[in-house]
Amino acid sequence: MWLRCCKPITRLKQRQHALNSKALCVRPLHTGHARLTYGHYEGLYPGHIHTTHLQKALLAVGSGVAALQNPYRHDMVAVLGETTGHLALINLRDRMRNDPEGYLVLTERPKIRLSTLDLEAMASLPDGSFGREYLRFLEDNSVTPDSRAEVKFVDDEELAYVMLRYREVHDLLHTLLGMPTNMLGEVAVKWFEAAQTGLPMCALGALLGPLRLNASRLQSLLTPLGPWALRSGWRARCVLSVFYERRWEQDLEDLRRELNIEPPPVGLTKKKNT
Amino acid sequence: MAASVRLLARQLARLSRRNVFSTFSNASCGSGCCWRTPPGRCFSEAAEDRNTHFGFETVSEAEKAKRVYKVFENVAQKYDVMNDAMSLGIHRLWKDILLHAMHPQPGARLLDVAGGTGDIAFRFLDYVHYQQERQKLRAARSSQTPSWQDSSDTYTTDVGPREAKAVVCDINKEMLKVGKQKADSMGITSGLSWVVGDAEELPFDDDHFDIYTIAFGIRNVTRINQALQEALRVLKPGGRFMCLEFSKVTNPVLASLYDTYSFQVIPVLGEVIAGDWKSYQYLVESIRKFPDQEEFKAMIEDAGFCSVQYSNLSAGVVALHSGFKL
Repeated sequence: MWLRCCKPITRLKQRQHALNSKALCVRPLHTGHARLTYGHYEGLYPGHIHTTHLQKALLAVGSGVAALQNPYRHDMVAVLGETTGHLALINLRDRMRNDPEGYLVLTERPKIRLSTLDLEAMASLPDGSFGREYLRFLEDNSVTPDSRAEVKFVDDEELAYVMLRYREVHDLLHTLLGMPTNMLGEVAVKWFEAAQTGLPMCALGALLGPLRLNASRLQSLLTPLGPWALRSGWRARCVLSVFYERRWEQDLEDLRRELNIEPPPVGLTKKKNT
Repeated sequence: MAASVRLLARQLARLSRRNVFSTFSNASCGSGCCWRTPPGRCFSEAAEDRNTHFGFETVSEAEKAKRVYKVFENVAQKYDVMNDAMSLGIHRLWKDILLHAMHPQPGARLLDVAGGTGDIAFRFLDYVHYQQERQKLRAARSSQTPSWQDSSDTYTTDVGPREAKAVVCDINKEMLKVGKQKADSMGITSGLSWVVGDAEELPFDDDHFDIYTIAFGIRNVTRINQALQEALRVLKPGGRFMCLEFSKVTNPVLASLYDTYSFQVIPVLGEVIAGDWKSYQYLVESIRKFPDQEEFKAMIEDAGFCSVQYSNLSAGVVALHSGFKL
């Protein structure tokens, strides 16, 4: 009886040790100059950490609890997304591949960073253009595109990029949907994303987020915000397939029409939630 | 006769080793010096060529010190919470057992190396104060009802034994900061001091302390033998060296359960609670790389300690090693 229990455990240990030794063999020993990088194992991409299924399960549960307890722990929301989103990521990647612009995004791998954005050029764009509105959104809500957590637990390099792109597009979605970054706006965006991407983390956030809203905001979520977000999410084209970096000059309304997103219902202020 | 010859030989060996080490460290700028000289002059060939382990990875000795510093800088804020989560609170029992084995008397001087957040030092002060209270109570009970003259005399004389003092020494400033904050919130004002220092090169005089402890710190030291020799140096004759450290679990069933728990659960806890997977991966790997109970006992004996013994706590998950300087 003990042997039966021990075998899978020893197999697990052996697999872990095999992974460790394999990773060590891959990395050449550097002598002669001190490297201060904390790259422990060479994973499939920078920042990748190998995890077993058990670890992914524990991470999913733990990060879920931590994110519920403290919604400001964005790293926990990120980990929850990575550990539960495998099938949804495959689905998203296939949708991107089937779309010509999405395929371009997958091959060119653009990244939205402060260093890659030309802020002055964007500020000089006319009001109502996508770039100008995005910049306005960043300023009004005091956020920066560099605050995205890096992907750690996705075990495929391309899917890791899809996850990263999803996180980067999240901010752009706020602009496209016209939602601020307070709790109500975030929940509305989560409903849109849940309908669009099918990521379990978005679905969980969409279900449990409203629990933290007070009565009046819950009312405005249920009508008309929520149904609008869901409808737009279902009907819209895959938002990850759009090459946003080449569309800063495009008019925002025009972009919304192209993506099949209904304009937001009126009445959401842009001040931050306390 | 044989014993004293052996002791003499051991002392000679120790002295010669110490001379070698001190000239070596002067010439080649060992990791202790690194914290005082500017970084440009720090890297000598010898420190770089000698390799050691950082978890399951092989790195140069100079790099290990840096990376260990970074690990503890990252985990300092959540160190106590993580200890409770990982050991399910049992680390408190281990530390209490250390104190009971130590049985410090009022007036003792403790040096707690790698003592960072101060767990051992706080327990030491509590224990000693409790002993003092007990002694006072015993004295009061044993003496007969004092006359007015006698009791007025006690008001003028000072407290009999000198106060016990604890020094917490750690190489990492962040850990000491957390410890100081804890002391402030506990309202401890006297008997405690916080010193930044390297276990391989302690900033204290010879023959200074009654008790030297290092709890869960010695496996992070780059050169353990050097730390042991420093411990011998700063202890008074008759002083005691005590070390709590993770060690080998002897029972194979428990060992595999422990391994599974270490490698599967602890990094996950690190990620969820502290947001740092890699530091806790290093923790569980460094435990595997540390020598087992018998080997460590031999290392302590080689450093010159006498009457070295160890006891296993929690079936070998933790071992308490103790030795005396004579």
